[in-house]
Amino acid sequence: MSRQSNRTTDSKKMNSELFTLTYGALVTQLCKDYENDEEVNKQLDKMGYNIGVRLIEDFLARSTIGRCQDFRETADVIAKVAFKMYLGITPSVTNWSPAGDEFSLILENNPLVDFVELPDNHNTLIYSNLLCGVLRGALEMVQMAVDVRFAQDTLRGDNVTEIRMKFIKRIEENLPAGDE
Amino acid sequence: MADEAPFQFLHSELIQYITKSAESGDTENARNITKLEIMGFRVGQGLIERLTKDTVRFKDELDIMKFICKDFWTCVFKKQIDNLRTNHQGIYVLQDNKFRLLSQLSAGKQYLEQAPKYLAFTCGLVRGALSNLGVKSIVTAEVSVMPACKFQVMIQKM
Repeated sequence: MSRQSNRTTDSKKMNSELFTLTYGALVTQLCKDYENDEEVNKQLDKMGYNIGVRLIEDFLARSTIGRCQDFRETADVIAKVAFKMYLGITPSVTNWSPAGDEFSLILENNPLVDFVELPDNHNTLIYSNLLCGVLRGALEMVQMAVDVRFAQDTLRGDNVTEIRMKFIKRIEENLPAGDE
Repeated sequence: MADEAPFQFLHSELIQYITKSAESGDTENARNITKLEIMGFRVGQGLIERLTKDTVRFKDELDIMKFICKDFWTCVFKKQIDNLRTNHQGIYVLQDNKFRLLSQLSAGKQYLEQAPKYLAFTCGLVRGALSNLGVKSIVTAEVSVMPACKFQVMIQKM
């Protein structure tokens, strides 16, 4: 039966397309629901944050990675392990600030934007803003306050997609009052 | 992508968003479930295009349904539909004994009242897929004990 054999599809590939398309449907819906791009960006970031705080548990449980010693190690883990595991890509880590508290992730091909073209009337929309929220939320759960934003985006005509990450502070674990 | 966790998390965020906007706003529950269904519809349309681009033309309606149960389901949920039944008059029942989007939720009757919103997206997914294969349909889902669930596809005759 040649018919059957024709129907093999790369399930991994398809699964990423499922994610990409679902994300696309979400952004489309948000653009309908909100008046302006700023609101959509904010909403995407918020949803990403919610995902991040849950995703970190999945990540730590499966990757057997312990506490990071410094921000450089964090950057490596994000780029080489986390991005690889969840999105199947390995961004490069560049542009370190002299103090070592700021770096950039360069995404060669962002799987979120596979089938996407931004219409002209959405030029302030940060399409993949969910990613920023995910990174921020996940790092917050391991006691790191980090500022994450898109510095460049191929969707808006830049040559590369760049996510800029800036370490703000360590979050101290607050013991409830009266607890030793 | 090697992993399905992002999709699962994104899906529950979708539901979260839709239910939140239902609580805060003027729109009633039914319309918000519809939004999820519409999103699924778009995704289903897109997926089926990618999935069938190298396949042979389908013989008939049943052949299409089999494709949905096997290839489409495997692609989305990593397993086949467990049972397909039909009355040969345009009604098909697809049964999944361990539905992926419910299996993390409960194994029994707990949270049963929450189940419909976890199924709306998938109903749309199936309807969208069928629609791009030239079959107009209405898809509904029912759960009696999680994580098993039944999707009923009613083909609309043109």
